[in-house]
Amino acid sequence: MSRSLFVKIRNGEALDASDVADAPFGEFKNAVLDAVASGGRIALLCAAPEAVLAAKQPAAADGLRLLCVIAWDEEGQLGIASAPVDDAYPSLTPECPQAHLFEREIYEQWNLVPLLHPWLKPLRFHAPYGKDAAGNAPSIGHAPFFQLQGVEVHEVAVGPVHAGVIEPGHFRFQCHGENVYHLEISLGYQHRGIERAMTAPGAKKRRMYYAETMAGDTTIAHATAYAQAVEAMSALSAPPRALALRGIALELERLANHTGDLGALAGDVGFLPTAAYCGRLRGDFLNMTALLCGNRFGRGMIAPGGVGYDVDGRRVEQLRERLDAAYRDVADAVALLFDSPSVMARFENIGRVSKQTCVDLGMVGPSARACGIRKDARSDFPAGIFNFVHIPAVVWESGDVFARAFVRWLEMQQSIEFIQSQLSAMPEGEIISCAETAPLGNRLVVSLVEGWRGEVCHCAIVNSDGEPAYYKAVDPSFHNWMGLAMAMRGQQISDFPLCNKSFNLSYCGHDL
Amino acid sequence: MFNIIKTRLRQKHRTIAYPKQPPSLPDRFRGFPLLGSGVCAEGCAACSEVCPTNAVTSEKSGGLQLDMGKCVLCGKCAEGCPAGLITFSKDHRLAASTREACVAIAGQAPPLASPLPPKLLSLFKRSLKIRVVSAGGCNACEADINVLSTIVFDIGRFGIQYVASPRHADAMLVTGAAPRNMHAAIKKTYDAIPDPKIVIAIGACAISGGLFAGHTQECAGVAALVPVDLFIPGCPPHPITILDGLLRILDTIKGSEPPRGSVIHQADNLLNNHD
Repeated sequence: MSRSLFVKIRNGEALDASDVADAPFGEFKNAVLDAVASGGRIALLCAAPEAVLAAKQPAAADGLRLLCVIAWDEEGQLGIASAPVDDAYPSLTPECPQAHLFEREIYEQWNLVPLLHPWLKPLRFHAPYGKDAAGNAPSIGHAPFFQLQGVEVHEVAVGPVHAGVIEPGHFRFQCHGENVYHLEISLGYQHRGIERAMTAPGAKKRRMYYAETMAGDTTIAHATAYAQAVEAMSALSAPPRALALRGIALELERLANHTGDLGALAGDVGFLPTAAYCGRLRGDFLNMTALLCGNRFGRGMIAPGGVGYDVDGRRVEQLRERLDAAYRDVADAVALLFDSPSVMARFENIGRVSKQTCVDLGMVGPSARACGIRKDARSDFPAGIFNFVHIPAVVWESGDVFARAFVRWLEMQQSIEFIQSQLSAMPEGEIISCAETAPLGNRLVVSLVEGWRGEVCHCAIVNSDGEPAYYKAVDPSFHNWMGLAMAMRGQQISDFPLCNKSFNLSYCGHDL
Repeated sequence: MFNIIKTRLRQKHRTIAYPKQPPSLPDRFRGFPLLGSGVCAEGCAACSEVCPTNAVTSEKSGGLQLDMGKCVLCGKCAEGCPAGLITFSKDHRLAASTREACVAIAGQAPPLASPLPPKLLSLFKRSLKIRVVSAGGCNACEADINVLSTIVFDIGRFGIQYVASPRHADAMLVTGAAPRNMHAAIKKTYDAIPDPKIVIAIGACAISGGLFAGHTQECAGVAALVPVDLFIPGCPPHPITILDGLLRILDTIKGSEPPRGSVIHQADNLLNNHD
């Protein structure tokens, strides 16, 4: 059983970096393929320098090692394995589409060639690591796009700058008449070099801020993933009150974004009442986060070891009242949306992603749950407050725009219930654990948080001096962009804004 | 239909009275920094050591300086200063007309962006069309720019609108650190906007590169690429801060006088529902 190749790990628990299972590449590849075939999902696939892993088998010190984290969502199991590689290795992508973007990323970062990769082109258009000079970077957006040819076939190019207040990215549609045969999404415009900067000299005082801005609308989830990683590596644990506050902030983030998305979906089909109400209500949820920490996006709320701000009784009362009021109004606004036949006609059967496609691509978050896949890191790989409070994953089977909207609404109701119950029984005590602990050397940690778009995954390795030597972050958007491309197949091009909004993926979270 | 009308009534009128009434901000909000004129202890760099963007300096010659064009408003310097020389007020007014004016010094009041020159003002005062370019932003600035067009802030009432083409625009508004991969897009958008035009930089990233300044992706902010007319610091700036900046260059909020009762809260209404 090749699953035994994977060393079992737990979300947010460090292990000795040299304990990472190590196998020859062939065995590693088979184990990954078997794992994916048996219900596993690639949560992370990356390459790390041999030196930072200090693996058991001696190998060339300047070599690279592939590292793969598999999540068996249904069983709540995480496993990690690694294999040494030279300049090239046989690609996993032809047999396992989940590896597609990861292998392109590895190629771009380390010049490590996945042989026979079917779609090997730049992902973020940056120079390979170690050759950071501008001259070494490919020209942004210049890649051989997939093209359709024939009578009345045409191509539509959109972006990088979009018509609204939207992050930059390039979309290339291959159309026949109004129908889209294929959409290719080319990103990288937002690339700021965060992952590399996380381990740069002098980055220590900036790391938390980098985590908070990996995707600014997912500040709490990314910051929590980072904080969990730091805690695991320095044997620090956040006090119960801090865990409750983190959970509250995380669910407020989910509420704000889901509300905004439902409003924007209403706007995209021209249903203005819900668009207007949800536009306002999204701000109300952001302001609840600001009530906690002064910032609408939760900057400064999460800190390694706990949280940055406490709440007193009066603030708790305020929050509960505001939450009740906002929930009443949002329930009204959403009821209008789903009760309107003209809206439902535009939501149902549009942008459908099949369950099989969703599994093949390893999609996560509400987009996956809208395809009937029951997975949610809060219940599958609980950490923090979710060790104590169980939030069952909500699913809908239809995989269309309606499903992605409706799953959001179901999740919002759970979030409200969760926050209210937390506020009514807040654990007493400290909000941050200040105990100075010596950093543990040679550790590896994988930290997962279910953000509003899905699973945020951070992986960090500290060297023998306790200094971070490697940092990898996977935003849920990284798993899901291909899902949007698949949702557009066979659709009318005029449905793109609606489909796009139903996913509402992060450009900067992908580009980092 | 009846449900829509009923819901409409229940949802109420939600547009804020700002700028006629003061904005309501959360009590933990950090706005314009107030720097004490006291002398820093010899060799003390407690503030700059914790500042993630090196925004604060305590050089002997000029006393304390806090470059709001770099500041992410985390408040770590205020916590760290042993002499208590740095405090963050609740003043949301951060917008400045020049890069130099973004730098706060001891005893200084907020910079207050000045109105556009008369010719531009006569053109844009009642109608300012903005093309938004997100360039290496984290989507927080973008979100708080977007929110201005909701019913709460309703920038349409001031004649301001985001438009879908640079050809329709009077202004380019840039968020994000303007990394290399967006240089061409920023320049092309700028060139495509007919003259006369203005450029607005929103957030620490757009002004200076913020956290990402010095990265190999050449994140130096938008001013390194095109001339900027309005700087609105923050990470991200509160929507009211952005609105204040826009209304100041349009001379809708005038002069150094804050709009009636602007900003500072009484302790008892700190937790009032705000916008």
